[in-house]
Amino acid sequence: MTSKLLSMTVTETLTGLKNKEFSATELTKAHIEQMEACRSLNAMITETPEQALAEAAQSDERIAKGEMRELEAIPMAMKDLFCTKGVRTTAASHILENFIPTYESTVSQKLKDAGTITIGKTNLDEFAMGGANITSYFGPVENPWKSKTAPEKKLVPGGSSGGSAAAVAAGMSMLATGTDTGGSTRQPASFCGIVGVKPTYGRCSRWGIIAFASSLDQAGAFARNVEDSALMLKVMAGHDAKDSTSARHEVPDFAALMKQDIKGLKIGIPKEYRVDGMPQDVLDIWNKGAEMLKSAGAEIVEISLPHTKYAVPTYYIVAPAEASSNLARYDGVRYGLREEGKDLQEMYENTRAAGFGAEVKRRIMIGTYCLSAGYYDAYYTKAQRIRRLISNDFAAAFEKCDAILTPTAPSSAFAIGENSDDPIKMYLGDVFTIPASLAGLPGISVPAGLDDQGLPLGLQIIGRAWDEVTMFRTAFALEQAVAFSAQPELIKVA
Amino acid sequence: MSIDKSTVSKIANLARIKVTEQDLDYYAPQLQNILSWAEQLQEVDTSGVEPLANVSEIALSLRKDEVTDGNIQQDILANAPETVEGFFVVTKIVE
Repeated sequence: MTSKLLSMTVTETLTGLKNKEFSATELTKAHIEQMEACRSLNAMITETPEQALAEAAQSDERIAKGEMRELEAIPMAMKDLFCTKGVRTTAASHILENFIPTYESTVSQKLKDAGTITIGKTNLDEFAMGGANITSYFGPVENPWKSKTAPEKKLVPGGSSGGSAAAVAAGMSMLATGTDTGGSTRQPASFCGIVGVKPTYGRCSRWGIIAFASSLDQAGAFARNVEDSALMLKVMAGHDAKDSTSARHEVPDFAALMKQDIKGLKIGIPKEYRVDGMPQDVLDIWNKGAEMLKSAGAEIVEISLPHTKYAVPTYYIVAPAEASSNLARYDGVRYGLREEGKDLQEMYENTRAAGFGAEVKRRIMIGTYCLSAGYYDAYYTKAQRIRRLISNDFAAAFEKCDAILTPTAPSSAFAIGENSDDPIKMYLGDVFTIPASLAGLPGISVPAGLDDQGLPLGLQIIGRAWDEVTMFRTAFALEQAVAFSAQPELIKVA
Repeated sequence: MSIDKSTVSKIANLARIKVTEQDLDYYAPQLQNILSWAEQLQEVDTSGVEPLANVSEIALSLRKDEVTDGNIQQDILANAPETVEGFFVVTKIVE
């Protein structure tokens, strides 16, 4: 029974609850036990089993009364970047190690109101800055997948939402929240063999999500299949008066609309994404994905996104600049860590030196430099101009196609410790996800196969702004064709 | 453009992050590498291109200038390292 409870889809679970095949409490307990069994992965910063079981009891009452909500009792893992009222929220940083919000983020509130039950707050790169979940103050997260050729190696789950991706992949939760600034939901989804979606910038409220780079940050959704991710995003999305950048657009019923076939859709393949040194496996899976969509009735067209090679450096000016400004609030006065000093300035400096890790300091300093007098135009304004060119590239491409198919990441999961001595090499892991982020476009990563090490690889589908429906439709068609069924060992032992 | 240790020291001061001599040795080459890598942006012709700050093209809405919340002093102070009688407390700044 337990292993069945850990591998169902959202729709199957809701049906099972409704038909009293199992209770919300049994469902919640099974996931809490799996979370405890998987502690060695370090996917959770704070576990919340008592709260989860109390909510499960309430869910059981509702089910008995026939008052089930949209996602009643669905087990959820919450990225520890979403502020949760009364539950410690750390951003995986020493500076917020003991921060207990007195308010709830809009997205986590909406998920709670829809009935989901959060079993814990997941580990991440500190302040969501990283692509491997190795910059967390609480230590790295381990990917539940193992390489066939080197099973002794501990692999990264991707980042920054590595704990959330690992939790869903290991069956600890059915769904998980992520955030995505440059690929932080899509890339870990690819590394962990699950689905990860980032909606259009403005689709979800950012209120209560600890800010990294505000012009790029969006909430994301992890699930084990496309439909579940669509059901989850529907709940998360919508206008919020507390976030003036959240859109008033109507939120479509993504899950209902995505099942339409893709006959006649034009799928763009950007020629600039065939980067040097891309592993053959990634290339093969990309080609195969395109073939599958073609067989499903889509037309494959080559497109050009000429400024692709500038996307990563553009991002690494824009995002740190915004981060340096956003993180100025951590000064040891109103909340968070304080390290005393002889005067106020020294208190600030000591607090921030002790509270932030190396990657966060690196980005704050890059951002500070790029925004400083004399360099602002050369770096920040220049990067913003190139950001427009990148956005224009997509606009031109979408004249010729309805969705874009790319690899999600240039590699599968690598070992903890690899790439960590070279920031630029690490930054290039987001080469396929960053351009869509800069243009504010929706993107989804769908598991598309295993490489020669037996590790999952995802394909990314990028949609037009506000057209998540076509993105989901394409993703669903791809998922049907791939029929990805591989699972990490861990989920089977439960 | 070169990022030497004195530049890092200046940036760290602007960012209010205390750095040791060891930190300067660690960060200077890294920041130098990252910024030289970003130099490639200079080769792009951006004349006449407007900087893009807001991708959503949603006009920011205005609301009436009214208090929408308040009376949450305890909430606001709840996570402060030090408070006295409803105030945040910091090191003395006036002699």
